[in-house]
Amino acid sequence: MTEPGLYHILTLSALLFCTGMYGFFTRRNLITLLMSVELMLNSVNLNLVAFDRYVWPEKTEGLFFSLFIIAVAAAEAALAIAIIIHLYRTHKSIDVQEAEELKY
Amino acid sequence: MSGSDLVFYILALMTLCFGVLTVTSRQIFRAAVYLLFCLLGVAGIYFWLNYQFLAAVQIVVYAGGIVVLILFSIFLTQQSGEKLPVPAVSRKFFSALAAFCALALVLVSVFRFSFAESGKRSALVSMSQIGEKMLSPGEGGYALPFEVISVLLLAALIGCIVIAIKTKPDAR
Repeated sequence: MTEPGLYHILTLSALLFCTGMYGFFTRRNLITLLMSVELMLNSVNLNLVAFDRYVWPEKTEGLFFSLFIIAVAAAEAALAIAIIIHLYRTHKSIDVQEAEELKY
Repeated sequence: MSGSDLVFYILALMTLCFGVLTVTSRQIFRAAVYLLFCLLGVAGIYFWLNYQFLAAVQIVVYAGGIVVLILFSIFLTQQSGEKLPVPAVSRKFFSALAAFCALALVLVSVFRFSFAESGKRSALVSMSQIGEKMLSPGEGGYALPFEVISVLLLAALIGCIVIAIKTKPDAR
């Protein structure tokens, strides 16, 4: 256990990303897929912030990229949930295996 | 090991544990609550790194917005008490293998590359600095992405309404 630095945060973010990836591959419910995507987006933010903090401390690019990613993630989550709820209304199920038509 | 290091390790452990629980829990409601704690752990790491504004945004947008939205959609789409099906063993195995290979690839390339870490501690980015940069059109300003994001949010808002609107059965 050494003093946490850039590599610790990069490792944490890689682990978090792979956790999200595992969830994305194994889950079949659309809402849990969305949760896995959120985990992956968070790990990317963590990465950007770590680089901003340790490699270019005099700049603020990482911070602003993270802020914009959070905004895009919010828009994406809202749209995905609208689609999921509409899918539930028409198909009575939000399983990815049963959502196989683009239009009905 | 100082107290600050200990805080980092606790936050990292909490984030990872709740992340794993999020993707493995069989009850979807619990998975959403675990996701909330995982996101709070990430916000804690932002606090630890001295990014107060980003941590606040993380808590407000993720914990306050997205997780609540996910919880509501779970209420609307799931029968209560129903557990998620267990994925097949082969599917679990190959997913874990793929995730592990990706992890190994990333970690190997990260640790083989030595980043030019500058020893400087970054100064705290103040709220007024963030505000000025967000609206400055000049060098190093983010006025254009800011406007694009605002249009994107408007488009998402309208899109959500159009998608989720209830059409009358006889109108189809």
